[in-house]
Amino acid sequence: MWSLALVVLVVFPLIVTNPTYTAIAVSTLLFMACTTSWNMFSGYSGYVSLGSAIFYGCGAYTMALVSSHAHMAGGGAQFWLVPLAGLVAMVVAVPVGAIALRVRRHTFVVITIALFFVFQTLAINASFTGGSAGISLPLIPWLFNYYNLPFYYVALGMVVFATLLSAGVRRSRFGLQLLAIRDDEDRALGLGVRVTAVKLTGFTMSAFTIGMAGAVYAMFIGQIYPQFVFDPTFDITVALMAFLGGFGTLLGPLLGGLILEASQQYLVLSFSNGSLYLILFGVLFLLVILFMPQGIVGGVSQWWALRALKREMVSMTDPEAVGANP
Amino acid sequence: MNSSALIHALLDGVLTGSVYALMATGLTLIFGVMNIINIAQGILVILGAYLSYTLSVHFGIDLFAGLVITIPTLFVVGIVVERFFMTKLKGPERTSMSILVTYAIALIIEGALNMIYSINDVQLKAWYVNQSFRVFGLWIPYIYMFGFFLAVALLGALYVMLYRTRFGASIRASLADQTAAALIGINVKRVSTICFGLGVAVTAAGGMVYGATNAFNASTSYDLISRLLTIIVLGGMGSLGGALLAAILMVTLGDVIAVVWSPIWSTPTYFFVLVIVLSLRPQGLVGKLSVREA
Repeated sequence: MWSLALVVLVVFPLIVTNPTYTAIAVSTLLFMACTTSWNMFSGYSGYVSLGSAIFYGCGAYTMALVSSHAHMAGGGAQFWLVPLAGLVAMVVAVPVGAIALRVRRHTFVVITIALFFVFQTLAINASFTGGSAGISLPLIPWLFNYYNLPFYYVALGMVVFATLLSAGVRRSRFGLQLLAIRDDEDRALGLGVRVTAVKLTGFTMSAFTIGMAGAVYAMFIGQIYPQFVFDPTFDITVALMAFLGGFGTLLGPLLGGLILEASQQYLVLSFSNGSLYLILFGVLFLLVILFMPQGIVGGVSQWWALRALKREMVSMTDPEAVGANP
Repeated sequence: MNSSALIHALLDGVLTGSVYALMATGLTLIFGVMNIINIAQGILVILGAYLSYTLSVHFGIDLFAGLVITIPTLFVVGIVVERFFMTKLKGPERTSMSILVTYAIALIIEGALNMIYSINDVQLKAWYVNQSFRVFGLWIPYIYMFGFFLAVALLGALYVMLYRTRFGASIRASLADQTAAALIGINVKRVSTICFGLGVAVTAAGGMVYGATNAFNASTSYDLISRLLTIIVLGGMGSLGGALLAAILMVTLGDVIAVVWSPIWSTPTYFFVLVIVLSLRPQGLVGKLSVREA
């Protein structure tokens, strides 16, 4: 299953060569990576962060500031800055997490929003960020038709990295500790889980991929503005994707990112009217949450389990019916 | 900097802060009783402002008189939202889900408002918006004073309702402990619905004053909701007195910083203070620390 999906994703840009669609694919992959990484902390621990744009923005600004101040030639060499941007995001995540994780879940949500606005105002008003005029990155002299390809494969690599990391965490002792916090934090604490350290580690780890994605996005766009990389809708979108796919599952955020970002971009393309798009997006979003509160993965597996249970009950009550229809 | 500017900032802080307190009280009431974070509160304030705008521009109804229509309208909006959407939320992730659901509702209302009123800024107009009176050698527009009186009157009514009536007692019981309230025969479901309606209804008054003192469009709601959320967190989630205190603190602090330092830094300073306060008192200024928080 997983390898088949990977093969499809690897050959996709070789078959669909229209730059409009490959550009959508790049941003979809970036969101899949971000959501998977977000879910690695928020989904497993139950602490819903609405401040992930802090890390996205820090990553984007690292890329923009370093590559423009070092007068780098635009091109493949810039990709070396991507892991650096991830590290910067992690360094930022330590104090942010230390402050926000002092409180429990609901207040945590609001504090991450508040901290996000601190960073956004800083980016708009600080002198080194170029203010609201933004920063231009070095121009990348690639041919228009092939411009998206390197970004696509870098983004795909990040999706694979985030998924492997998330799966690794899930199987580890550390992941179990995160899940224990989600189920009952006080009990986890009582059982000897160092909850503060575990939460802070998870929070910091999840910042890495999000920072890298911000850096790739900055490079891809070529010009960044504080409002677009420190974007409140980014915070919400990432959380929404995870909830849509399946909060706390491995496959869920990938599916959510794929479905939501691709359909969102398609809706933007087909409805030039932004307001109608907002309404449609809101309705879609509402329907999914109300009718699939556990997300696609949770909903489907529940349906599957119910079906299996029904069959079992049928076979228990009426053995001949099963025998007649093997 | 001079002292009259400082007095002006303090005065403005109290006058405007009371209006924010009114809007935040609705939010904290909803959270306290239902454990629901209503992200749509910001856009509902804007909806209230647009309703007042329509009534005054198209029907020539005075802004304050129009509240007789807009407050019940938003009360009904709140009831409908609660009945159709909030009752559907169940399970351990209920509060997180409520953020997403109310955000979706906010997006739908934002889209609709953009289509109806366009994205150009508008501001409510009336004689008391343009004219000022003199106090302590300062010119204050009448609307600030009227808005303050309105907010104080409505907050007062809310407090009387909460602390002097039987229904208020059942709301406070539900605030304290839903299960225990249900056990002594309080219809918690009905209380929740009415609380949601009340929490939304106050946005009509808040929106009218906000719309008369600021130019607004639908996207102004993002700024509003982030402020309202931080107010209720700073005050202590679910605490009515905390919301009042935090709202006045937020606006006064912002105004004072704008005077003594620079308007650019007033918002970051507020958020910075919020972070400091919460590092020392995670439960907020007035909030209680619950023993087992799910």
